[in-house]
Amino acid sequence: MTAITSDFSSAPVLPKWVVPVLLLAFAYGVVPLIGSSYLFEAILLPFLALSLAGVGLNILTGYAGQVSLGSAAFMAAGAFAAYNFNLRIEGLPLIGSIFLAGIVAAAIGIAFGLPSLRLKGFYLAVSTLAAQFFVQWALTKFSWFSNNSASGVMDAPRLSISGFALDGAIGRYLFALTIVSVLTFLAHRLVSSQTGRNFIAIRDNETAARIIGIPVLKTKLLAFAISSFIIGVAGVIWAFAYLRTVEPDGFDLDRSFQILFIIIIGGLASIRGAFFGAALIVVFPLVLSRLGGFLLGDLFDSGVLDMSQRIVLGALIILFLILEPDGLVALWDRIRRRLLFAWQST
Amino acid sequence: MPLPSYTLGVMEASAYAPEVFAHGLPSSPPEQQPAANGEPIGSVAGVASALLSLQGISLSFGGVVALADIDLSVRSGEIRAIIGPNGAGKSSLINVISGVYRPDRGHVKLDGAVYAQVPTQRLAHLGVARTFQNLALFKGLSVLDNVASGLAYKVRSNFAGQVLGIGRSRGEQRDSLSRAEQILEFLDLTSVRDRLVGTLPYGLQKRVELARALVAQPRLLLLDEPMAGMTASEKSEMAAFVRAARDRFATTVVLIEHDVGVVMGLSDRIAVLDYGRKIADATPDEVRNDQRVIDAYLGVASDNEDGAGI
Amino acid sequence: MIADFDYQFFLEVLVGGLLSGVMYSLVAIGFVLIYKTSGVLNFAQGAMLLFAALTFVSLVERGVPFALALVITFAIMVAIGIAIERTVLRPLTNKPPITLFMATLGLSYIIEGAAQLIWGTQVHGLDLGIEDVPLEIGGVLISQFDIFAAVVAAGMVLLLSLFFRYTRIGLSFRAVADDQFAALAVGLRLPLIWATVWAAAGLVALVAGLLWGARLGVQFSLSLVVLKALPVLVLGGFDSILGAIVGGLLIGASEKLAEVYIGDYFGGGIESWFAYVVALVFLLIRPSGLFGQKLVERV
Repeated sequence: MTAITSDFSSAPVLPKWVVPVLLLAFAYGVVPLIGSSYLFEAILLPFLALSLAGVGLNILTGYAGQVSLGSAAFMAAGAFAAYNFNLRIEGLPLIGSIFLAGIVAAAIGIAFGLPSLRLKGFYLAVSTLAAQFFVQWALTKFSWFSNNSASGVMDAPRLSISGFALDGAIGRYLFALTIVSVLTFLAHRLVSSQTGRNFIAIRDNETAARIIGIPVLKTKLLAFAISSFIIGVAGVIWAFAYLRTVEPDGFDLDRSFQILFIIIIGGLASIRGAFFGAALIVVFPLVLSRLGGFLLGDLFDSGVLDMSQRIVLGALIILFLILEPDGLVALWDRIRRRLLFAWQST
Repeated sequence: MPLPSYTLGVMEASAYAPEVFAHGLPSSPPEQQPAANGEPIGSVAGVASALLSLQGISLSFGGVVALADIDLSVRSGEIRAIIGPNGAGKSSLINVISGVYRPDRGHVKLDGAVYAQVPTQRLAHLGVARTFQNLALFKGLSVLDNVASGLAYKVRSNFAGQVLGIGRSRGEQRDSLSRAEQILEFLDLTSVRDRLVGTLPYGLQKRVELARALVAQPRLLLLDEPMAGMTASEKSEMAAFVRAARDRFATTVVLIEHDVGVVMGLSDRIAVLDYGRKIADATPDEVRNDQRVIDAYLGVASDNEDGAGI
Repeated sequence: MIADFDYQFFLEVLVGGLLSGVMYSLVAIGFVLIYKTSGVLNFAQGAMLLFAALTFVSLVERGVPFALALVITFAIMVAIGIAIERTVLRPLTNKPPITLFMATLGLSYIIEGAAQLIWGTQVHGLDLGIEDVPLEIGGVLISQFDIFAAVVAAGMVLLLSLFFRYTRIGLSFRAVADDQFAALAVGLRLPLIWATVWAAAGLVALVAGLLWGARLGVQFSLSLVVLKALPVLVLGGFDSILGAIVGGLLIGASEKLAEVYIGDYFGGGIESWFAYVVALVFLLIRPSGLFGQKLVERV
């Protein structure tokens, strides 16, 4: 897990903030005007939610080096907590519910992060599975969490900010975009702060970090808390803005692996990487389904699609680990440097 | 200054090899403060200006003895080398001093406080810094950030303040970076400050590790084979840096090294370990002429001057 | 409640738990074999188990005799094991263990997908000819199938132990487990050893797949059996066959007892996470597991 820390290191001629600002201007100013509802519902909303989850996991796994296989549990915790805060606390604004949901996810993250104080590597990775199974079990077992709904599937509350309704696809997109942008910016600030450097120090050499006086235990728990907060909020976006239902089933082990795959493919220890990885994970099944249908016609039914998706995804992971361990981000940077070089030498 | 009585039990054990301590009598090394009034001989002795002293340290791993009843006293401001053949227990000794290992018996006395195991997580606060035999840098950080991480123990702002850039975080950030830059300049590393540390050649990485240890201006600096694997010119460069660091920051240095030539020129005094026991503890000249040392170590090293097999 | 404690019933639950624990151990041993020689936590072990069971059952359904199907499946598993070693693990030599783990995670997706793409996704029944009727032994009712499974698993463990203790290649396996570099230095043929180990893991996957398949039906969820083996490994240590056995028994027994005696207080269904909690609590007390070696920190 060698990784680069300098995120947003854009072209040498431009200041670092230019590319993100241009992207944001495009996402706010242009996309809502030209996007179809398919683009928002099937691509951009899941992309935003998964990107944010990837940012959260990258802080824990990419930066702080603590592998977690239980990310979906924190998404679920966030989604259900936001649902219940919204339901049970009269007059709490939506943003308040979301913030508190993040706090709940962070608290659960700290609880399940406690083993990291004594366990390392595989032992820790396996122990995070406990979070996955326990949270999912608790949410299905205790009907209080789902407001005693018979099916366990509840409609998410309608999105609105200070009375301004955001129900439509575009409204939900802008809602998700805003939250994701703000949290991503803060995450970027975090990883370039002393705390972020402490994360990396613990990842790269825990003994040395302890000996030079970095508070290892506190820092690890902080990584779990911050990561779980962000993943919890990503869960809220997933349920409230994308699916518009809240249910435990979608937050299973496969989802946890999916988020892990996002950061491996995108690039460990890179904030941008989470977005690259999420884009690939969201888009490639759609491409595969079109391509399969085109090449094989009726033979390519949903079962075959499902299985070939698994195979391709698995193969992608292995290929990236072997050929490009720093992920799409590294690939992208290399291509861009080549292009820039070619452009300058003409 | 008499030692607290509870250390006596530990000191008794050192009677097994009195001749070691006869060899250990110092012949007033050049740069010592006059207050340094002697070494522990026998079971009770005062150690007035010893910054660090080890008393009866024993350590074994699953029956294999790594250290047997080691006493060592390091005076403030001296450069103290610990040498010995492979497996003599040198690294174990550094690991005991820095609290990575807990000795089976014995105490470490650091600046007046006695520890059964030195608290590793408080080491930096105690003014102790160390480097590692096998590089222990943070590969994912730049040279500057690696060095600045040596000041992380002092940071008091929390993550929220750092993210939002409020409170004392800005001042702390500025302060660590400027101190890190000063050290980089002192060790002639400024030209690589923004490089990822893993991309540097080995010799430079060793120097970055020295910079990370020095940035906190420790009172005691432990160097675990700072010159291992270096070329002759890199070694003498590193030796010059170690001496300069001592002179500039008044840091006491304890270092482990294989290359006897470098050690002779650099150290004020030298302790020699063999099979976990201290067989000599004296000035370079005395050590050079000590028959036991020649038998145990120098004879071996003469076939091995380039440090191969380390 | 204490007064009318039913020891008979308690014993039945305990024995049932121990016997299903043997099944966990069997899966866990597949992990241990590979971990000991190559330091890889092979998450794809569950997918291999699914693949083996699915291949076997599909062959039998197509009229291939039982014994022949067994041989063909074993051959396929060996081929898969060697292919994995060649194409995935060898290019990743010297990468951090956690990278290797993630690669096996990807591998499990490929194998699961391929198994179902080839043989279909429907559930197959698997009849090994053992009736699942309770036997009464010393007044305690025990499932006949459980006993059979336990005997097979025990035989498997014995076989592997003998192989690694008394054959030349088995001895070199142990040398590799102790020190890969040293083994390489004295000229042991690592590729051959790795191939053997992956073949052995394939065999374990086959046996475990058949036993679990006969119990649960051969279907996708069979690969989730790994999730039962992981807490066993955490408890027993990733590198200890003895640990896998004892850990499996402990987890099996405590899980069943907990389900029966305290499950009701939690609303039931606690077996999805209980094993993990047992393993975690144990590890917090003893970080190196039951029999794992305590590592000396090297700096």
